[in-house]
Amino acid sequence: MASLDRVKVLVLGDSGVGKSSLVHLLCQNQVLGNPSWTVGCSVDVRVHDYKEGTPVEKTYYIELWDVGGSVGSASSVKSTRAVFYNSINGIILVHDLTNKKSSQNLYRWSSEALNKDLVPTGVLVTNGEYDQEQFAENQIPLLVIGTKLDQIHETKRHEVLTRTAFLAEDFNAEEINLDCTNPRYLAAGSSNAVKLSRFFDKVIEKRYSLRDSNQIPGFPDRKRFWGGTLKGLHYD
Amino acid sequence: MSFLIDSSIMITSQILFFGFGWLFFMRQLFKDYEVRQYVVQVIFSVTFAFSCTMFELIIFEILGVLNSSSRYFHWKLNLCVILLILVFLVPFYIGYFIVSNIRLLHKQRLLFSCLLWLTFMYFFWKLGDPFPILSPKHGILSIEQLISRVGVIGVTLMALLSGFGAVNCPYTYMSYFLRNVTDVDILALERRLLQTMDMIISKKKRMAMTRRTMFQKGEVHNKPSGFWGMIKSITTSAPGSENLNLIQQEVDALEELSRQLFLETADLHATKATINIVFDRVGKTDPVTRGIEITVNYLGIQFDFFYAISSSKSSNVIVLLLAQIMGMYFVSSVLLIRMSMPLEYRTIITEVLGELQFNFYHRWFDVIFLVSALSSILFLYLAHKQAPEKHMTP
Repeated sequence: MASLDRVKVLVLGDSGVGKSSLVHLLCQNQVLGNPSWTVGCSVDVRVHDYKEGTPVEKTYYIELWDVGGSVGSASSVKSTRAVFYNSINGIILVHDLTNKKSSQNLYRWSSEALNKDLVPTGVLVTNGEYDQEQFAENQIPLLVIGTKLDQIHETKRHEVLTRTAFLAEDFNAEEINLDCTNPRYLAAGSSNAVKLSRFFDKVIEKRYSLRDSNQIPGFPDRKRFWGGTLKGLHYD
Repeated sequence: MSFLIDSSIMITSQILFFGFGWLFFMRQLFKDYEVRQYVVQVIFSVTFAFSCTMFELIIFEILGVLNSSSRYFHWKLNLCVILLILVFLVPFYIGYFIVSNIRLLHKQRLLFSCLLWLTFMYFFWKLGDPFPILSPKHGILSIEQLISRVGVIGVTLMALLSGFGAVNCPYTYMSYFLRNVTDVDILALERRLLQTMDMIISKKKRMAMTRRTMFQKGEVHNKPSGFWGMIKSITTSAPGSENLNLIQQEVDALEELSRQLFLETADLHATKATINIVFDRVGKTDPVTRGIEITVNYLGIQFDFFYAISSSKSSNVIVLLLAQIMGMYFVSSVLLIRMSMPLEYRTIITEVLGELQFNFYHRWFDVIFLVSALSSILFLYLAHKQAPEKHMTP
C-alpha cells in the first residue's frame, strides 16, 4: 500500500454548500445520509484509476481534505486552518448555486489556500480582490463544482449556468454542476464523470512528474516536523 | 408647533437607527448569505431602531431636551410598537420560518405558523402567573400585562448573560495571560493533529481498497442500519463487511480525536494572537488600533460560533431570534435603569410603564445573576478538569 506517495486534494468552500456530501459521493459512491457540521478537517480517500483503459493504467489513492469554516474568520482561525494547506496537489472549489455569495467567496478561499505562506498580518484584511496574475502563474490544478442544482428552477438555469461558466474561466478551471443527493450526475460515462477523471489525472500528472524535487515551483515549502521524521513510519 | 418639531426629530433619529440596523445586518450577520426574504431584514432593522429610540428617549429625559408632553407621547408610542413587534410580529415570523424549513408542512405553513404562535402566546401568558408582578386592578390586554411578562423574560436573560460574563471574562483573560504559549507548543500540537490525520487516511485507504475488491467480487456491503439490519448482519456477514465495520469504528474514534486536537490548536492560536497584540510583540501600532484589533479578534471568535450554528436554511430563524432577544433585552434594561436614576427622572418611566412592582424585578435580577454566576463557575471548573486529562492520553 503506497503510504508514502500521497496525492492531496483540498476541498474548499463556504459552510453549508455541501462539501461533506460531495466528498462522500466521490469516495463512497453513495449519498450522505446525515450531513452535519464539519469541525476542523475531515478526510476521505478515493481510489482512482489513472489513464483508465490505456496500457499505462495505474491505481492511485487520492486524499480529499474537506476543510470546514468561514472565509471571514479571525486571523487566528485562519492560521489554524493553514496547517492543512501544506503540499497540496489540487484544489476543488465548491459553491452553492442558490447562493451567489458562496460563489464570490471562492476567490478568497483560493487566495487563502494558494497564499498560505503569507502570514495574515492583522484583522483588518483586504477584501481578497481577484488577482489575475496569481491565477495565471498558478501550477495547482483547480476544479469548480456547483451544488444544489436541483433547487434551481428551470427558468433560471440558463442565467445561473452562464454566471458559473464565467467563474470557472476566471480560475482557469473546469466546472461541474450537480446535486450531491443524486448519484446519477456522476454516473460512469457522463460528461461530469469524464471531467472529474480528467481533473484527477491532471493532478496525478503534476504530482508525479515532479517526484524528484520535493517542491512545487513557486510555492516554498514550510518546514514541518512530520515531513522529516515520519518518513519511515507506517500506520496500520 | 413644538410637537411637530419634536416628532420630526424623533422620526429622523429613528430612520438613522433603522439605517444602522440595516447596514449591520448586511455587513455582519448576513455576510455570507444571500438575502432572499427581505422581511427578515426589515423586522430586524425596525426592532433595532425602536430599541435604540427608547434609550434615546431616556437620555432626552435626563437632558431635558424636547417638550415633556411630546416626550410622554413618544414614550407611549414607542412602547406600544415595540411590544407589538416582540409579542405578535417576531414570534409569528419565527414560527413561519421554522415551519417553512420542514418539508412536510410546507403546503399549510400559514396555518401551522398560526398554531405555533398561539402555543407561544399560551406559554407566554402562563409565564406571568407565578410572579407577583401586578396589582389585580388591570384588565387583560393592557400594556402593563404585556410589559410585565416581557420584562420577566428579558431580566432573566440579562441576569443569565451577566452572570456568565462576570465569571467567564476574568477566567478567559487569566487563561490568556497566565498560559505562556510558545511556538514550540503550537507546532507540537499541529504535528499531533497531522499524525492523527495520517492515521485516519491510512485506515480509509484500507477501507476503500476492501470496498473495491468486494465490489469486484460481487459482494455487497450492507451498513447495519436499523434493527433488522443488525440482525441480518449477525447471521449473514461477509468477512469483508465485518472488517469494514471494525475499521470504521476505529476511524470514528480517530476523527473525534482529530476534532479535539483541532479545537485545541485553534485555542492556542487565539491565545498567542491576543498575547502578541496586547504585549505589542508584533508590529508597532498605536493603542487605539491595538484596542480595536483585540476586540475584533474576540468578537471574531464569538461570531464564528454564530456562523457555525447557522446555515442557509436556519439563518432567517436565527436572525429573528436575535431580534427578539435584543428587543426583550432593551425593554428590561429600561426597567432596570429606573433603579439607578435619580428620583426626578424616574417619574416618566413610572408613568409610562404603569404600576409595576419594580422592586420585584431588581430582586429577581439579583437571584438569577447569582445562580448563573455560580453555575458558570461550576461548569468552568468541570471543563477545566477534563482538559488536562485529555492532554495525558497519548
